[in-house]
Amino acid sequence: MSTTVVDARNLLCPMPVIRAQDAVVKLQPGDTVQVLCTDPGVVHDIPAWCRIHGHEIFKIDEQGHEIVIHICVGTGN
Amino acid sequence: MFAVVPLMSQKPKAVALISGGLDSLLAARVVMEQGVHVEGINFFTGFCVEGHTHAIRKQDRAKPKRNNALWSAEQLGIKLHIIDIIEEYKDVVINPKHGYGANLNPCLDCKIFMVEKAREWVEEHGFDFIITGEVLGQRPMSQRKDTMPVVARDSGARDRLVRPLCAKNLPVTMPEIRGWLDRDKLYGFNGRSRKPQMALAEKFGFEDYAQPAGGCCFLTDKQYAVKLGDLWATRGTREYDLDDIMLLKVGRHLRPRPNFKVIVGREEGENRFLEGYRKRFVHMIPRSHSGPLVLIDGELAAGDIELAARLTARFSQGRDAAQVTIEVKPVDADAHCLDVLPLTADEIPADWYI
Repeated sequence: MSTTVVDARNLLCPMPVIRAQDAVVKLQPGDTVQVLCTDPGVVHDIPAWCRIHGHEIFKIDEQGHEIVIHICVGTGN
Repeated sequence: MFAVVPLMSQKPKAVALISGGLDSLLAARVVMEQGVHVEGINFFTGFCVEGHTHAIRKQDRAKPKRNNALWSAEQLGIKLHIIDIIEEYKDVVINPKHGYGANLNPCLDCKIFMVEKAREWVEEHGFDFIITGEVLGQRPMSQRKDTMPVVARDSGARDRLVRPLCAKNLPVTMPEIRGWLDRDKLYGFNGRSRKPQMALAEKFGFEDYAQPAGGCCFLTDKQYAVKLGDLWATRGTREYDLDDIMLLKVGRHLRPRPNFKVIVGREEGENRFLEGYRKRFVHMIPRSHSGPLVLIDGELAAGDIELAARLTARFSQGRDAAQVTIEVKPVDADAHCLDVLPLTADEIPADWYI
C-alpha cells in the first residue's frame, strides 16, 4: 500500500478533481491519496467524484484556508 | 478505428458528453434506457463557468455548491471522466475555422473539437459510439440543420455520433442500423423551446437539474470577451496561459495607460485569490486604510507607479482622505511605501474600465 500526495493548492475546481483523478487511476485498490487544496468547492466535488468511481474518502482536514482530502482507492466498480 | 462490433451477449458501450446541463443528462438517460452501457466525459477548457466565481467570491460561498457534471453523473449512476484540454483548446479559441459567435465564442469549432476528443477517447477505451445532448435549432452556431452534419463529419465521428433528443430529425446512425438503438424510442425535439426537455425530465424523475443561466462558457460573456480582447491587443499576441484567463474572471480591470492595467480585488475572497499571484506581479496594498489588493499587469514607465498607487487609494476606505499610504511591492525588490492623494471619481475616465 502506498500514499501519494497531490498538490492542488491555488487551483480551482475542477482542476483539483482532475489532479486527484489522474493520481488515483495509476494506483491499486487500498492505496491512499492526500489531495492538498485551497478551493472550498473540493469538499463537495472530490467526494462526488469518488462516489461515482467507487473510491472512499476517509478523512477531510481543514486548517485555515487549506483543505486536505484523504482518499482510499477502491476497485473502480 | 472504433471498437470491434460487440457480440450479441455484450452490451454496446457509449460515452456521453456531459456538460452538467439538462440536455446532456437526458440524452445519456435515453440511451441507457435502451440497455447501452454509458459513461460520461466532461472537458475542462479553462473557460468553463462551473464553480469558479463561486469559489473565489466570498459572498457566493453561502450558496449551495455543486459541480453539475458530477451531479448529472450521480443522477445517472455512471462514471464521469473529467479531462483537462486547456492546452489543446487554445488553437480552437485563437484560430477558429468557422469563426466566432456574438463574442469570442467559437461554438462550432468547439463542438467539433469536443466530439473529436470524445471519438479519440472512444477508440482508446474500446467504446462503440458517442452521445451528445444537441437539439436541432437550439443554438445559433453549432446546433443548426446545416452545421450539425459538419460536427459529425469534421470530428471524424460520422454515423457513430448519436443525438438522442433530436435523432428523428437527422439521418439514421450506426447504433440504430446495428439494432442497438430503437429509433422509435429516440426523440425529434426541434427549436429553442425547453418544454419538451422539461417534460422528459419529469418523466425520468429528474428534479433540481441545472437551469440555463447564460451559458456554461465565459467566451459567450460580453464583458469577459472584451477583457480577453484587450489582453490580446495590448500584448500583441493571442497566446495565453491558464493564469491569464483565470485572472480575467476576477476583480475590476482598469487600463489607465496602454502599457499597463490594474486588477482590483472587489472583496475578501477575490483579494485572497489575487494573493496567490503576488510573486508574479507588481502589487499594491493600502496600509493607512483598509482596501483591496491590486495587481499591476504590464511594464511600468516613469510616473505609472504613482498613478497606480493613487488609483489603488481611490478603491480604499481612504478615498476621501488627503493622503493614503500605499505599500508597493515590485516583483524582484523589497516593498516600499508611497503617500498619495487618491484619485477623484472624475479623474477616472469611464474608458479606463475594461
